[in-house]
Amino acid sequence: MWLKRRKRDNRRLMPIRDQKDPARGVFTRRALLCMAVQAGAMGELARRLYHIQINDGDHYARMAANNRVSKRLLAPPRGRIVDRYGIALANNKENWRALLMPEETTDVTGTIERFSTLIPLDERDRNRIAREMRHQRRFVPVMLRDFLSWDEMARIELNAPSLPGVLIDVGTRRVYPEGELLAHIIGYVAPPNENDVAHSTLLALPGMRVGRAGIEQNQDEKLRGTAGSVEMEVNAVGRVISELNREEGVPGEEISLTIDRGLQQRVLNHIGDQTASAVVMDCHNGEVLAMVSTPSFDPSLFDSGVSHAQWIEWTNNQHTPLINKAVAGVYPPGSTFKPAVAMAALESGLVSPTDRVFCPGHLDVGGTRFHCWSRWGHGSVDLHLALKYSCDVYFYEIARRIGMDRIAETAHRMGLGVPLDIELPHTRTGLIPTPAWRQAHHHHWNGGDTIVSGIGQGFIQVTPLQLATYTARMATGRAVQPHLMRAINGEVSPMANAEHWPSLNMPEKYLEALRAGMFAVVNEPHGTAPKAQLDLPGIAMAGKTGSAQVRHVSRALRESGHFNSANLPWEYRPHALFICFAPYDAPRYAVSVVIEHGNAGADAAAPLARNIMRDTLLRDPSNHTTPPPESVATVDDSFE
Amino acid sequence: MAKLWRISWLYVLLICALAGIGYVTLYSAAGGVPYPFAAPQAARFAVGLVLMVTIAMLPPHLLMRASWGMYALSLVLLVAVLHMGHVGKGAERWLMIGGLQVQPSEFAKIALVAVLATWFSRMDYARMGNPLWLIPPAFMVLVPVGLVLKEPNLGTAVIIGGIGASLFFTAGMRLWQIILLILPVPSLVQFAYGHLHDYQKARITTFLHPENDPLGAGYNIIQSKIALGSGGMWGQGYLHGSQGQLNFLPEKQTDFIFTMIAEEWGFIGAAAVIALLVLLIMGGMIMAIRCRNRFGRLIALGISMNFFFYCLVNLSMVMGAIPVGGVPLPLVSYGGSAMLNVMLGFGLLLSTWVHRDTRLDESSGHTA
Repeated sequence: MWLKRRKRDNRRLMPIRDQKDPARGVFTRRALLCMAVQAGAMGELARRLYHIQINDGDHYARMAANNRVSKRLLAPPRGRIVDRYGIALANNKENWRALLMPEETTDVTGTIERFSTLIPLDERDRNRIAREMRHQRRFVPVMLRDFLSWDEMARIELNAPSLPGVLIDVGTRRVYPEGELLAHIIGYVAPPNENDVAHSTLLALPGMRVGRAGIEQNQDEKLRGTAGSVEMEVNAVGRVISELNREEGVPGEEISLTIDRGLQQRVLNHIGDQTASAVVMDCHNGEVLAMVSTPSFDPSLFDSGVSHAQWIEWTNNQHTPLINKAVAGVYPPGSTFKPAVAMAALESGLVSPTDRVFCPGHLDVGGTRFHCWSRWGHGSVDLHLALKYSCDVYFYEIARRIGMDRIAETAHRMGLGVPLDIELPHTRTGLIPTPAWRQAHHHHWNGGDTIVSGIGQGFIQVTPLQLATYTARMATGRAVQPHLMRAINGEVSPMANAEHWPSLNMPEKYLEALRAGMFAVVNEPHGTAPKAQLDLPGIAMAGKTGSAQVRHVSRALRESGHFNSANLPWEYRPHALFICFAPYDAPRYAVSVVIEHGNAGADAAAPLARNIMRDTLLRDPSNHTTPPPESVATVDDSFE
Repeated sequence: MAKLWRISWLYVLLICALAGIGYVTLYSAAGGVPYPFAAPQAARFAVGLVLMVTIAMLPPHLLMRASWGMYALSLVLLVAVLHMGHVGKGAERWLMIGGLQVQPSEFAKIALVAVLATWFSRMDYARMGNPLWLIPPAFMVLVPVGLVLKEPNLGTAVIIGGIGASLFFTAGMRLWQIILLILPVPSLVQFAYGHLHDYQKARITTFLHPENDPLGAGYNIIQSKIALGSGGMWGQGYLHGSQGQLNFLPEKQTDFIFTMIAEEWGFIGAAAVIALLVLLIMGGMIMAIRCRNRFGRLIALGISMNFFFYCLVNLSMVMGAIPVGGVPLPLVSYGGSAMLNVMLGFGLLLSTWVHRDTRLDESSGHTA
C-alpha cells in the first residue's frame, strides 16, 4: 500500500483540487492529533485555573487581604504631670516640623538650599537629611527641621511656591514649663534605645519617649498609655492608598503630684545659689509639698538630645546638678540625729528624761577623749537641756549606755537609713551602722564608733528626704511614707489620708519630750537656733540643728584654738543641716534642709529652714484646694 | 479586491475581541486610565491590523520566495542581538531599531515557520521518508534554537524547537524517525540544565518550591496565584482587583496580565478568555487542514502552533505550572514587538486561508 501511494505521488503538476496527496491525509490526521493535544492542554489549564480560583479561592483571598492591608500602631499622647493644684509641670506640645517629600520636587538639592536660606540648617541637620534621603523611598517624607516657631512657619508658607515638596507636619514633644524648678522630681524623657524597644513594641513607634529620670521614669508605664491603630490599604511598595479603619489610642494617665509648684518656687528662691537641698512634707500623710535640689538642669534639653559638651559639664560639676540631692545625696546627720538617739535611750528603759549627765566639755572612754562642741562644757544636763544645747557629751554617754543596735533599730523605725517609698528612681538608702554590719565588712566595731554615732557622725549617712520623714514621724507619731503621687486621672490616692498611716508605736510622752527639746532649741534662751524663730503670731516652730564634718579635725588643730571651719576650702567645710516642724502645738509641716559645706547648721541652715517653713505655713497647701494668690508668698522677703 | 472578502472576517473578529480584552485590561492595569498602556496598545493594534490584512493579500508564492530572505534576516538579527542587544533581566533580548524594540526571537519563529513550510512544500511524502532530506530543515531549526538559547532565553528556545517539531511531525515524518529523535532527549535536557544561567536555575527551583523564597524569586509566582485565587468565581470587579491595582502583581501589564483578568473578572472571565484563545488556535488549525496546498497547510499549522505555545507557556507560567519565563500573552499583554509579530503571523495565517485553493508549483519529486 505504501508503494502504491508513492507511485501515485509521482505524477507531476496535478491540479491541486484533484491531487491525491498522501501527505495531506497524514497532515490531516496528525494536525487533528495536534488539536487534540492543544485542546487537552488548554483544558488542563482551565481545570487548574478552576482549582486555584474556586477550590483554593478563600485561601488566596485571605492572602490578598493580608497583602493589601497594613496595620500601623499610633503613638498615644503621653500623660500630663500636674502639681497638686493642677498646674501643668510636664505637658505635650505640638511640634511643628518641616518635611520634604522627595518625589514631589524635581530638584531636591535646590529645594533644600532655598529652604536653608529661610531657616538655617546646620551641618548636623544636613548630614542627617542626606542620610535619610539615601535610605528611604521617595514617597517617605524626610524631616528637614523640627521645633519650628510660628514665625518660621509663616516664612515657609509664604515661600511655598519656591519650595515644592516641602510640607509642614505636626508631632508632639514633651515640654516642661517650669524647667529647672522641678527637673529633679519630674525627670525627663528621651527617645527609647534598642533595649527598651525589645521589651515593648509600643516604644518602637515613632515619636514615643521613655522616662529617663524622676516621675517620668518611675511612672513611665502609666504615662505611656495604650497604642491606637490605623489600618491602611497599601500597595506593593508600601505606599498608602487609603485609610480603612482607625482606632485612637488611650492617652497616658494624668498624674497629679503632691508638689505645690508655688511653694517649690519659694523654696528655690530662698536657697538662692547655695548648693543645697530642702524637703517640705505634710507630717500627717507624708505628702512631699516641695523638694528642691540645687543646682538644677534644664530637662527639655534631653528631648532633642544633649550635646556632648553639655553632658561633660554636668558630670564634671562638683555641685552635681544632675543628682537629686534630696533623695540621692547622703550626709552624716550630725546633731539632727540626736533626737533619734534620745528616743532609742528612752525606749530602752535605761535612761529616763530626767537622768542627768555632767558635761565638762569632753568624755574620756578607754583612753580616748571625745570632745563636746563647747570647749567649756554644759555642766549637768538632762534630756531637755541636752537637746536644747545640743550637748555632745550627754549623747556620747547615753549612746555608750544603750549600745549601737538599739540606736539603729529606733533610727530605722523613724525613717533613717532605710529605703523609703518615694516614687523616684536612683534613690539612696544611707546607712545606720551596727556592729553586725561592721563585722560583715571584716572590721571590728569599737566602742568609740558607738560614741561618735551618738552625735550623728562616723559611718552614719542619711538623705534629706529621710530627715524630713524622720521629723514628720516625730511630730505625729505616725509611720508616714514620703510620696509624690497625689492622684491619677483625678482619683486621689488613699495615701492622702492620715488614717492610712499606722502608728510608730512610740510612747507619746517620749515623743513629747523630743518635741519639747526641739521647741527649746528654737524658742528658749540659749537654744542653738534662735535664728529659726518664726514671726507669725501664735505659731511656734520646733527644730534641731546639725553640722556634719566631712573631714577629721585633728586634736592638735582643735586644741590650738585657731580652728575655724569657715576658713576651710569650700569642699572641706562641714555640711549645715536643720530639721523642723510647725506649728509646735499641732504639727502639720516638716522641713529638712541640708546646705552642702554650709558650715554651722544654726547659722546657715536654720534661717533658711525658718523662711521655708514660714512660706509653707502662709500658703498652707495641705488645707487649700486652690493655690493662694502670689501676694501671700511675697510679703516675707524682708525676713531674709 | 474581491480577495478581501475571502478573508475570514469571523476570525478577524475573534482577533479583535482578544485585542479588545487586552485594551480593557490594560486600561485597568494603569489604574483606570488609557495611558500609559491601553491607548498606545490600541494604536499599535490598528497598525497591526492593517499589516495583517496587507499580508493576507500577498500571494503565497511571493511568501515562498521571501521566506529564505526572512529566515536569513532573522538569523542576522539573532546574532546581532547577542552582540548589541539590550539587557533585560539578565538576558539579551531586544534590539533597538529606529526607536522600535525588536525581539529577534519572536520574528525568528515566524521566519522559521515560513522557511520550513517552503522546504517541506517541495517535499512529497516519499522524500519525507528519506532522512537525508530532513537534515537541512533540522539545521534550520537548530541554528535559531542555539542562538536563542545563547541569549539566553530558554522559554523561547523551547517554543522554537516545539514549532519546528510540530512542522516535522505534520509534514509527514516517519514514526521511526520520531522515536529515534526522542530517545536522546533526556540526556540533552540534563546537558542543557548544566548550561543554564543561575537566574534560570533559580526560576526552576523556586517554581518547585515557591514558598521558600516568598519575597525573592518566588514572589512572582505567589503574588500571581494570590491574584488568581482572590478572583474567585465572579471576580473582584473591573478596576477593583486589589493585587493588580495595588501593584502587588509583578509585570501585570505584560507577562502577568492574565492574572489581572482572572482577579477582576473571576473564573468566568478568565475561562472566557481561555475559550477565546482555544477558538483562535482551533480556527487556525482548521484553516490548516482545509488548505489545499502543502505550503499553506504548514504555514497555517506553524502559526497556530506558535500562537498555541504562546498561550500555553504564558498561562502555565501565571498559574505556577512552569517556571516564570518572560513570555507574553499574545495581543493582550502590553508590548509593541510581540503585538506586531503576532499580527504578522495572523496575516500569514489569513493569507493561507485566502489562497487556500491556489495551485502552487509544489514539486512532488523532481528527482524521483
